[in-house]
Amino acid sequence: MPTKTKTKAEIADIIKRIELISGENIYKCYQCGKCTAGCVMAGEMDISPYKVIRMIQLGLVEKALESESMWLCAACFACRERCPKEVDLSKIMEALRVIQVRDGKPLIEPEEVADEVIEEMPQQGIVSAFRKYN
Amino acid sequence: MKKIGVFVCWCGLNISSTVDVEKASEELKNYPGVFYADDYKYLCSDPGQELIKKTIVDNKLEGIVVAACSPNMHESTFRAAAEAAGLNPYRVEITNIREQASWVHSNKEDATAKAIQLIKSTVEKVKKSEDLFPQQIPLTKKVLVIGGGISGMTVALEVAEAGYPVILVEKEPQIGGNMAKLSETFPTLDCASCILTPKTAEVGRHSNITLMTNSEVIESTGYFGNFTVKVKRKPTFVDWKKCIGCMLCQEKCPKKTNSDFEHGMGKRKAISVAFPQAIPYRPIISEKECIYFKTGKCKICVKVCPVDCIEFEQEEKIIEENIGAIVVASGYDLLPKEELGEYGQGKYADVIDGMQFERIASASGPTEGVIKRPSDGKIPKSIVFIQCAGSRDNQKGRPYCSKICCMYTAKHAMLYKHQVHDGEATIFYMDIRAGGKGYEEFVQRAIEDDHVLYLRGRVARVYEEDGRLVVLGVDTLSGEQVRIEADLVVLATAVIPSIGAKALGQTLKVGTDTYGFFNEAHPKLKPVESMTKGVFLAGCAQAPRDIPETVSQATGAAAKVITMFSKNHLVSDPQVAKVNEKICVGCLLCKPICPYKAIEPEIVEVRVGCRAEKRQVATINKGLCQGCGACSVACRSGAMNLSGFSNEQILEELKSLCL
Ligand SMILES: Cc1cc2nc3c(=O)[nH]c(=O)nc-3n(C[C@H](O)[C@H](O)[C@H](O)COP(=O)(O)OP(=O)(O)OC[C@H]3O[C@@H](n4cnc5c(N)ncnc54)[C@H](O)[C@@H]3O)c2cc1C
Ligand code: SF4
Ligand code: SF4
Ligand code: SF4
Ligand code: SF4
Repeated sequence: MPTKTKTKAEIADIIKRIELISGENIYKCYQCGKCTAGCVMAGEMDISPYKVIRMIQLGLVEKALESESMWLCAACFACRERCPKEVDLSKIMEALRVIQVRDGKPLIEPEEVADEVIEEMPQQGIVSAFRKYN
Repeated sequence: MKKIGVFVCWCGLNISSTVDVEKASEELKNYPGVFYADDYKYLCSDPGQELIKKTIVDNKLEGIVVAACSPNMHESTFRAAAEAAGLNPYRVEITNIREQASWVHSNKEDATAKAIQLIKSTVEKVKKSEDLFPQQIPLTKKVLVIGGGISGMTVALEVAEAGYPVILVEKEPQIGGNMAKLSETFPTLDCASCILTPKTAEVGRHSNITLMTNSEVIESTGYFGNFTVKVKRKPTFVDWKKCIGCMLCQEKCPKKTNSDFEHGMGKRKAISVAFPQAIPYRPIISEKECIYFKTGKCKICVKVCPVDCIEFEQEEKIIEENIGAIVVASGYDLLPKEELGEYGQGKYADVIDGMQFERIASASGPTEGVIKRPSDGKIPKSIVFIQCAGSRDNQKGRPYCSKICCMYTAKHAMLYKHQVHDGEATIFYMDIRAGGKGYEEFVQRAIEDDHVLYLRGRVARVYEEDGRLVVLGVDTLSGEQVRIEADLVVLATAVIPSIGAKALGQTLKVGTDTYGFFNEAHPKLKPVESMTKGVFLAGCAQAPRDIPETVSQATGAAAKVITMFSKNHLVSDPQVAKVNEKICVGCLLCKPICPYKAIEPEIVEVRVGCRAEKRQVATINKGLCQGCGACSVACRSGAMNLSGFSNEQILEELKSLCL
């Protein structure tokens, strides 16, 4: 396991925030992997969806937050529909994104987006992107 | 005033760490009516009981209060001790200061105050106690077994061997239940029929067993030792007494249809017997499919039958039987595939369940044991088995583990690999639950010797693409998503209570859990008794389990019945309702309220002044009454009273607590 830089209390606090924002009990997940089996984006993720939850369960929240997975999650809700334990993983992914954004680490900053991209992107796309990634 | 003794138990540290037991006994010493009070480390121990006995005798006590654990635990212990000391056992009352004081509080002062209050109220109750005497009730030494699977047959044979008559009621035309459909059995791979048919044959010929197949219990009244049941015998349309079992009718019948016994994997005729070793080996006509019943023409069976025993006009019969005990052995069914949307909802021919696999692997099944897939009869080159299909699944309302599927899936994969050596058998599992003698070794054999591939993870979807079944899963051990094209998919669907179990429970007045499995009286100490006296449980009717466990439990249930029948009469609890005929106005408001139907009207002669008068009053059937007390609450004239929990006693208790 990697060395932890955060204290136990800080980690507990982040887990609490994840649970609060998502409204999910992360300990309900029994690691069956069904979410991941049917996840359209799992192949692109550095940490599989079920493993993201495992990381949080183990207190390795920094690893979960550092991972790209939350940004790749398409928020398609397939995992939520299939989870036998009724864990809404899409909400947990959202909670991770929200924490990152609130802590000042959004995926994209408006000023860093190239002009051409803004030119080419449909307005709806820009709005959605900022809603999800910022 | 009565001389009452109070004993406060420490229960080691269980009570004494949170309740000041010494203070409690000291305070009770000064309570009006208390002649003696003391505390002791373990009252339930031998010396503890001796102390109680000696104190009763030495002080000529007329009632005692034991402040200890729940009366469910030791009420009978302390009542027996009192009886041995010459005190009527119903003058002993328990105050539960463990579950209701020490275990549920942390503040010692408050817990002690509460315990003292509770003990004082019990003292008030004992002041109003009376001697009560159990009654003898008669007993019919005949048992009704419901369900003719391996559990019901085991019970029937054990009780019959002990010399008591048995009625075995089975809803299907033949006995054997689900085990009769199995191919080979884990963990020894012996053929199911080979070990089952000696049992079915013995049940069929045993002189103490009356077999009623194609029948169902539709009503049950009475009480333990003395039940009256009505059995509906559905028509078979064949006179089974005359029939010689030549099966010419089955051979010649022109109407083919799907066989329930084969779970859709094979066909049968409109007049048929389910399988070659069926007991009884007699045919039955299915009214739904028979051409004659539909069109009024055909009657080929009538023409071919050499002994003229087809009876199209047969009607159902209701039979009444008096019996002393009932054993529920109604078994299980499997969760319908239609409820598993992600696995095709039952619309793909080559997605089958475990029982369907048993049929195509069974030597006496529709494929004669050659594992062929249903859609085109080809031998599958790759089979995917999906465990926990619908089990351990809160979303589908079945959070429980079905217990048997890990083992039978390993068996299925093994049977397949033994036939198709180069075939691929892949099992998706969450955990391998192989707790049992030789079970883990069996699973390891499948992995090591037969090269069955176990992938740890649940399958998200099974769907069809270009005519092939695709299984989308994951292996959480490697972290990889897995996509497999399969020729056949076998779902280890959840074990559910047999269809109709809940209704049967209502008929018998026996409780079932949220899923419909029958409730045992105590999860550890009374696993074969139901909450209803005289009704016992065996096999999968109570919970999913495999054959060895089913047989053990069924043998236990049989032992309970035999113990009950070894006595010449039964003893009833005297803590039942009692009518004061002088006050009862005969309004019978109590009658509909009694859940056990124990109240009936009766005409009695009562003296009013100097003349005798006839009038209606309520009477209690002491065998039926379970002492719930509902009637005594309903009675407006206060004539109904529950012995051992009389209105006066409860009022005194409440006064002590509330005033
Ligand atoms: C696919 C599969 C494979 C299995 N393989 C194995 C194995 O290899 N080894 C092993 O040990 N176990 C195995 N089992 C488990 C085994 O089938 C059960 O343990 C066993 O059959 C339980 O017997 P039972 O008598 O309790 O229930 P059942 O066999 O279900 O018998 C119950 C009987 O009661 C009848 N009934 C139901 N309701 C009523 C009613 N209201 N009135 C009258 N009759 C009624 C039914 O028709 C049935 O005949 C397997 C199970 C499955 C699903
Ligand atoms: S499907 Fe649900 S229980 Fe299974 S691993 Fe994913 S989140 Fe956990
Ligand atoms: S009447 Fe015809 S269809 Fe019906 S059982 Fe007899 S032979 Fe079969
Ligand atoms: S032909 Fe008659 S005797 Fe023969 S099995 Fe059929 S019903 Fe019985
Ligand atoms: S026995 Fe095995 S396959 Fe069946 S529900 Fe339990 S864990 Fe799942």
